[in-house]
Amino acid sequence: MIKFDLITKTFNRGQVNEVTALRDIQLHIRAGDFLVLLGANGSGKTTLLNVLAGAIRPSQGRLLINGEDVTQLPEYRRSRWIARVFQNPLGGTAPDLSILDNFRLAALRTRPKTLRIGIDQAFKKNVREKIAGLGLGLEEKLQQPMGTLSGGQRQALTLLMSVMDHTDILLLDEPTAALDPKSAAVVMQTAEKLIAEYQLTTVFITHNLSESLRFGNRLIQMHRGEIVRDLDATAKSKLQLQDLYGWFD
Amino acid sequence: MTFYLTAFVLGLCLAAMGLGIYITMKIFRIPDITTDGSYTLGAAVTAVLLIQGWSLPAIIAATVLAGALAGVLTGLVHTRLKIDALLAGILVMTGLYSVNLSILGRSNIPLLEVGSIFSALAVFEKPIFNELWVGALFLAILSGLLAYVLRTDFGIAMRATGNSESMTRALGINSDRMKIIGLAIANALTALSGFLVAQYQNFADINMGIGIVLVGLGSVLIGDALINWLKVQNIGLQLALVLAGCIAFQLVLAVALSLGVNPNMLKLITAVFVLTIVGIPRLVRRQAV
Repeated sequence: MIKFDLITKTFNRGQVNEVTALRDIQLHIRAGDFLVLLGANGSGKTTLLNVLAGAIRPSQGRLLINGEDVTQLPEYRRSRWIARVFQNPLGGTAPDLSILDNFRLAALRTRPKTLRIGIDQAFKKNVREKIAGLGLGLEEKLQQPMGTLSGGQRQALTLLMSVMDHTDILLLDEPTAALDPKSAAVVMQTAEKLIAEYQLTTVFITHNLSESLRFGNRLIQMHRGEIVRDLDATAKSKLQLQDLYGWFD
Repeated sequence: MTFYLTAFVLGLCLAAMGLGIYITMKIFRIPDITTDGSYTLGAAVTAVLLIQGWSLPAIIAATVLAGALAGVLTGLVHTRLKIDALLAGILVMTGLYSVNLSILGRSNIPLLEVGSIFSALAVFEKPIFNELWVGALFLAILSGLLAYVLRTDFGIAMRATGNSESMTRALGINSDRMKIIGLAIANALTALSGFLVAQYQNFADINMGIGIVLVGLGSVLIGDALINWLKVQNIGLQLALVLAGCIAFQLVLAVALSLGVNPNMLKLITAVFVLTIVGIPRLVRRQAV
């Protein structure tokens, strides 16, 4: 499904502060993989995710999605396959727009936004039902600006927005890092449910070790721009929290 | 009474620019000062084509096209060359001065001898009432159109672009292209203000655009204050309040003039007035903290 073919990313090339964030990454993510990405700060996790999303162009190497070379494809054109939840709850939504407007755009992620009014009664009903499924009581607040909601509510809605249109790949960049434990639990439950329901191929970055054990069917550890561990579902299920602590010593 | 009515109509004529500045400043959060140039550009195109006897719809089309082109230029400089929007606007505005001068052929074209949109649609005997109703009609159509566009899927995408760029790109919106289109619409609207004002004042002048962006900014700030104060969320009503801001701005200037302020001081008054609008909320907030 997704293939990193010897991808290298160097920032500030030729300058004193040159950093190689990714070094010859060779990675094959299969359809249905729920990949958990672990690593210390600066290990290259977020760069890897950004290269996949198209926010960063690699310095070398090729990226393939469904066999298609997308290395040069800009971020906004990869939305055909990819939906994204950002670490910052503000990143995935437009704060001044209403919940409904945000959902309308999300429903058109893979399609052109034309000069027609797309928010009709049927669309409102559809959004209201989907949001009611979250159990956060937001379904009666569709006209409220997104910015008036809490970070947890916004992350949960961003997740829901990602399946409003056809999605193959879901990128979760520390979606719960800015949230309190209770909101984090709601967001991760929602994510798990949607990933299973829509059979999404998922890449999930987290710093939370117990989250990394609880979720996913594959675990990758990055260190200094390289993949140093790649565990499949069986190996991952045998892991203990203690083992993970050992990785970071 | 006629004195204030005149100011009211001028406010209406300038409101098209107000709508444009509302798009760039409040929706895209881009400080675009191409305005000074595209306003004069609209007036120059109008003046020359009126004298050549073009029909009004054709002149409107030409004005919109010219203004949009100016906006596209600023947009291209800003997004393709990654030049700061403010500088991009100054570059295009400065270049437009020469363009406008060559369109006009001289520094001033009087339009007393030719008809205008106000005389073409006249229904009243007194000219000022015709100007009032034609201006109101024109702006009603413009803001109606704009309100519709902003409510469409495309319009939502436009509003999201200035609000959260990471989100818009992740949702498949080409934010650079969106900014260029936004600047094109904004400057087309500004050129339409030039179209109206030239016919209202019966002349087009190469210097008529100097400092006009400040008038637009001040007007939009008044409108925005009203929007926040009344907590208006409906796009159509927001645009209506921007129109109200433009008219209020001209009425304040009219009051200043009627109090005996020297007309040469008008630009200074405008600057101080805008400073007051921008400054007072900040001073109040600082005291509250």
